[in-house]
Amino acid sequence: MKTFKIGGVHPAENKLSAAAPIRVAALPKQAVFSMFQHIGAPAVPVVKKGDVVKVGTLLGEAGKGLSVPVFSSVSGKVNKVDAVLDSSGTRRMAVIVDVEGDEWLDTIDRSDKLVTMKDLGNITAEEVVGRIKAAGIVGMGGATFPTGVKLMPPPGTKAEAIIVNAVECEPYLTADHRLMLEKPEQILVGIQLIKHAVNCPKAYIGIEMNKPDAIALLQNLLKEKAAQYPGIEVVPLKVKYPQGGEKQLIDAVIGRQVPAPPALPINVGAIVQNVGTVYAIYEAVTKNKPLIERIITVTGKSVSQPSNFLARIGTPMQQLIDEAGGLPEDTGKIIGGGPMMGRALMSLDVPVTKGSSGLLLMTKKESRRGEVSPCIRCAKCVSACPMGLEPYLLASYTRLKDWDGCEKNDVTSCIECGSCAFTCPSNRPLLDNIRVAKQTVMGIIKARHMEAIKK
Amino acid sequence: MNVILIAVIVLGTIGLVSALILYLAAKKFAVHEDERIGKVAEVLPQANCGGCGFPGCSGFAGACVKAADKGSLEGLLCPVGGQPVMENVADILGLKAEASAPKVAVVRCNGTCESRPRIAEFDGAQSCRVQQMLGSGETACAYGCLGCGDCVAACQFDAIHMNPETGLPEVDEEKCTACGACSKACPRGIIEIRLKGLKNRRVVVLCNNKDKGAQTRKACSVGCIACQKCVKVCKFEAITVDANLAYIDAEKCKLCRKCEDECPQNAIHAFNFPPRKPKPEAAPAVEKPTAPTAAKPAAPTVPTAEKPASKETTVPVGSPKGNVEPAKEQES
Repeated sequence: MKTFKIGGVHPAENKLSAAAPIRVAALPKQAVFSMFQHIGAPAVPVVKKGDVVKVGTLLGEAGKGLSVPVFSSVSGKVNKVDAVLDSSGTRRMAVIVDVEGDEWLDTIDRSDKLVTMKDLGNITAEEVVGRIKAAGIVGMGGATFPTGVKLMPPPGTKAEAIIVNAVECEPYLTADHRLMLEKPEQILVGIQLIKHAVNCPKAYIGIEMNKPDAIALLQNLLKEKAAQYPGIEVVPLKVKYPQGGEKQLIDAVIGRQVPAPPALPINVGAIVQNVGTVYAIYEAVTKNKPLIERIITVTGKSVSQPSNFLARIGTPMQQLIDEAGGLPEDTGKIIGGGPMMGRALMSLDVPVTKGSSGLLLMTKKESRRGEVSPCIRCAKCVSACPMGLEPYLLASYTRLKDWDGCEKNDVTSCIECGSCAFTCPSNRPLLDNIRVAKQTVMGIIKARHMEAIKK
Repeated sequence: MNVILIAVIVLGTIGLVSALILYLAAKKFAVHEDERIGKVAEVLPQANCGGCGFPGCSGFAGACVKAADKGSLEGLLCPVGGQPVMENVADILGLKAEASAPKVAVVRCNGTCESRPRIAEFDGAQSCRVQQMLGSGETACAYGCLGCGDCVAACQFDAIHMNPETGLPEVDEEKCTACGACSKACPRGIIEIRLKGLKNRRVVVLCNNKDKGAQTRKACSVGCIACQKCVKVCKFEAITVDANLAYIDAEKCKLCRKCEDECPQNAIHAFNFPPRKPKPEAAPAVEKPTAPTAAKPAAPTVPTAEKPASKETTVPVGSPKGNVEPAKEQES
């Protein structure tokens, strides 16, 4: 069974909502569209108070440099364009729309009919990438990197393998799993579109063994329609966290190691796309539908109905929790994303964004960190680190503010997966410290770079 | 016998030749260090705190000598030693010391546990930087003190301490050397290195919140809401409001304290002033005449603010330009 070579941990899977079919979440009364739903420059609002918008209306155009546009997922009137609290408690520019009815732009094809490559005729690669960019698609696994940029390999590199990330290694989350079960053919067409866009003959779908139904479904489909979907292969992977990390997945599926930053996956010929992104690409290219909704898992041990919702972007989290049976009394912490890499929310008024893969309601008992005790030099963190780093050492260097030491020990390679802190028997806040070091060292490297350019 | 003699002669010769080489090498590669550098370094405090902006005291001494060759010590100041040390340095270098006003660190946040209710709990690594990276902290104010004491850890002079009652750091003005280490350590740029002021008296806006007034008011009962009242009442144009936050220019401030009375949020505090005579209709101000720290007469209007005020040793800091959070509210 394939998996990545170094490190990794096995957190309890807790896929409570795996059997819950995707439900369409109710329309919100008011939707909030943050202009900061992606990595890079924020989108720039192009609507003003009082404007009437429909589903699919452009709300914010892409900013300068790395950025994507933001579209309305509801119809109604713009209430205001203002800075509102985001999930981390920071105020950021957003467009707030009062919802009235559900009117879609005529340009969007709302039918369920499967559109295949044949139906698309001879669409060019540029057209595919153009539509992806125009639809505001970003990496939907949570990293929210603009997808259009990823599909334009820099000169000198060539895509040799598309890897579809259907690993969903985070415990609890089942959004990607349900998507594969319910929209398998759409995903396959999406993969074909990506292959077409970057002119790459081979694609792999990496799925962990804890989703046997999805593996079987896709494998059968590929066997039945081998002629229609050539060059796509399902790769079952051993269950191990953080297999969904880009570098870990490349290692697991095609056995190549991405060098330390600034090297990118494309430097080893790989392009990794989340399965949710692939579906969004399908919808954008074939249905002309911008990224206005996504699948989000709402789950937790005490949630009465752990669910997978197809929610419009901008829907308040509170509403999804209500639909999943309400906020349990013993909730101690609410996490946006999965338990390993997700972040605690400051408020339930924050909306679903392009990167919201899950909403995890932790019980009071689960949400407490254990008491910190001294490092016993067991080196469990070293064995667990999937990047081959020495977390205890980096954390100590950080405490001593030895940024040179951190840099020499490759702190910038850290993917912040949290395996070290998860495995530490002394409950040491390893990742907390390493994150500080990573941010500082990146700043130092950048400053050095700027200095070099000046000279 | 012969063997011993040969050994002595050979070794002796090697020794002499080596000595000659070393002597020549020492002459040829001799590093001429300006002896003034050593002398200057001797009068410096040797705290190696880096507050001057140079790597340690010897680095600063080198910079002083270099500057002296150009004829002026302008812009160079040892914050720890202050004016007396700079005068000594100037003597050694045969120059006149630039007049420099003494400074002190001022914590520009008065969001005590009472005035700024906790809305979340943080149980990660107890460091302000970690907390800042993960979210907006335990309170609704995304600009105020995070209370984990990164500034305390950064201080080499034992001059800043957390007050467990208020949850805020307090500066010991006697010990503070204004080296700026705490200011750099604060991820929110709350601590300002500010002019000590005439007789150590200062009037400062104890807030760093750049949110709009209504939002600030929700987060903290003593936050600056940018109402501009202080700007209007100030006759010396010392107060500016930038990004929803008032700032008092210490150089222009004439210490009249009108703004302090005017501030509806009680966000402006005066330090080290003698106790005021209570106004007839107001309750008598609580006074704590403890020497070094700035005891501030509580403003008669807001009784809740008395406690924080009387405790304050710290003064608000941080240039208003200081980076806090990008993406604020530019209304388009």
